[in-house]
Amino acid sequence: MEKRPLLEVKNLKTHFHTERGQITAVDGITFHLNEGEIVGVVGESGCGKSVMSQSIMRLYDEKYTAKYEGEILFQGENLLNLSKAMMQKIRGNDLSMIFQDPLSSLNPVYTIGDQIRESLMIHQNLNKREAQQKAIEMLRLTGIPAPEKRINEYPHQLSGGMQQRVMIAIALSCQPKLLIADEPTTALDVTIQAQILDLIAELNAQLGMGVIFITHDLGVVAEICTRVMVMYLGQIVEETDTDCLFSEPLHPYTRGLIKSIPQLEGERLQKLYTIDGTVPSLQKVPHGCRFASRCPYADELCKEQAPELEAYSPTQKVRCWHYKEILKKEAVHESSNE
Amino acid sequence: MLSYLFKRIYSLIPVLFVVSVAIFLIVHITPGDPAAIILGMEATEEQIASLNEEMGLNEPIVKQYLLWVGGVLQGDFGQSYFMKEPVLDSILSHLGPTISLAILAEIVALIIAIPIGIFAAYRRGSFTDHALMVATLLGMAVPSFLLGLLLMLSFGVYLQWLPIAGYKPLTEGLWTHLRYLILPALSLGAIQAALVARMTRSSMLEVLNKNYVKTARSKGVKEHKVITKHALRNAFLPILTVIGQSFGTLVTGAVVVETIFNLPGLGQLIINSIERRDFSVIQGVVLFVTLIYVFINLIVDLLYGVIDPRVRLERK
Repeated sequence: MEKRPLLEVKNLKTHFHTERGQITAVDGITFHLNEGEIVGVVGESGCGKSVMSQSIMRLYDEKYTAKYEGEILFQGENLLNLSKAMMQKIRGNDLSMIFQDPLSSLNPVYTIGDQIRESLMIHQNLNKREAQQKAIEMLRLTGIPAPEKRINEYPHQLSGGMQQRVMIAIALSCQPKLLIADEPTTALDVTIQAQILDLIAELNAQLGMGVIFITHDLGVVAEICTRVMVMYLGQIVEETDTDCLFSEPLHPYTRGLIKSIPQLEGERLQKLYTIDGTVPSLQKVPHGCRFASRCPYADELCKEQAPELEAYSPTQKVRCWHYKEILKKEAVHESSNE
Repeated sequence: MLSYLFKRIYSLIPVLFVVSVAIFLIVHITPGDPAAIILGMEATEEQIASLNEEMGLNEPIVKQYLLWVGGVLQGDFGQSYFMKEPVLDSILSHLGPTISLAILAEIVALIIAIPIGIFAAYRRGSFTDHALMVATLLGMAVPSFLLGLLLMLSFGVYLQWLPIAGYKPLTEGLWTHLRYLILPALSLGAIQAALVARMTRSSMLEVLNKNYVKTARSKGVKEHKVITKHALRNAFLPILTVIGQSFGTLVTGAVVVETIFNLPGLGQLIINSIERRDFSVIQGVVLFVTLIYVFINLIVDLLYGVIDPRVRLERK
């Protein structure tokens, strides 16, 4: 089944001007997303996931704080070349975003109806009555009970799960082709998380939009993503489909992430695995492999030279000097265990 | 809502009681004899004593206080010893200029301050931002009497666009009324503008980093609407507080500017009454101004609820 890429990001870099000089939060990211596909982006806090997603939307102030480099081709058009006005037409219409904390992402002084109607009135030229109808429809679609009544309420009157549904209703109101979900379930409790995930997967199937799903929760990835990118310190260290992520992780960082998922079954004889150390600061990016200081397999080469993202199979890419050796060693280790 | 209003008005009683006691004591403890001043230099001891007796100033102080408060409660602020007219009449006749001036000064302040504050916040860290903030510092540092004199000199004396001083009531036409108030309003409004601009800037800066501003942008809302619709309304509560305070200051504290521009406002009334030891007028004006102040705060509190639904009281 041949699918045309909806979004192609080529060597995207996002620099920020700070008081202590320029930092590069996203450093050369290349990936693509097909129509109707859900791609996951995982990584620890501070690895540049959110910066990447907000760079695709061009949400940072380009005059004083941020500078983008590279290409973001959305349906073949480079978003970085568009004027501010063109970008405003695309945002919320073809390209939408939902955020981590729904309460702080909704404007507290306007009703949820106001906030859903706003994008409809901007992008679809609806008048207030039509927009109201459509907003109620969107609330119903996202599973909010009694939408006719709820629409006149303020964000603080809703529960966290309901707030996130409202955010989704806002983001999807103009039927975007691409939805960027930036940790949409992190601030919610587990049962609500599952509901929101189901909702996103369902709407993805129903409306056929592409989804970039940013999370640090591998369980969430397993549940809804077809492909995954693992990010570390502003770069993609591994790109693979979801099945391979769990059966054959290549990068030591990915392995670490997977090993640190708590086991629910069997006896718990070992302490939970953790990756030693912390993410280095963006002010002091190592010039070799960025993960070297925390990697159990690192040697001189890793500290000296930065590896490139290398294709291991048609669907799997990895940024590591030693992944083949590690793979071999693991295989030997596992067979000796049996 | 209505019960909230009643609760607020109810809570005014202790405030007004404390103010009335304080002002009564201060006026009566400070040295100076009204009878001596009314009668002039040549009055004899007996004349002064008999006038004091006549005005009730020889009664025990508690009795004097109760008599005064009893009158006030019935809407009678007493008689001015000096002007021989009811205190309430002199207050009302001096209220017009003060209120007009305060409103105009506040309008001037807001028209200057809010755009400056928003713009500086939006361009935080830029040269314009720094320049505007230096200007507001200057605005706060220059005393209003100096600014008043400078304005008087340039627009009144050299350019002769506006009258130097004086006052014409609204009944003589809106423009005539305003012409006399523009310069004093500018000199009073400048400081308030500086305060409000700085508050607007810092409040906007905080709000512009909020997630809902990001959400608005991600919806494709135009930048000017992001600022005026999504950010400003959220940033407005602290700004409103400052506006309320500044309006209170303008009503009560325009004494110096009123004197310079010779406006017959409350400031002049109270200064003159203090000089004349006109006890009942001083007490009356202070109590009246307290009422205005408290009333402004009440309005500000009610406006909070209009702006921010989270402040609204539960209606059940």
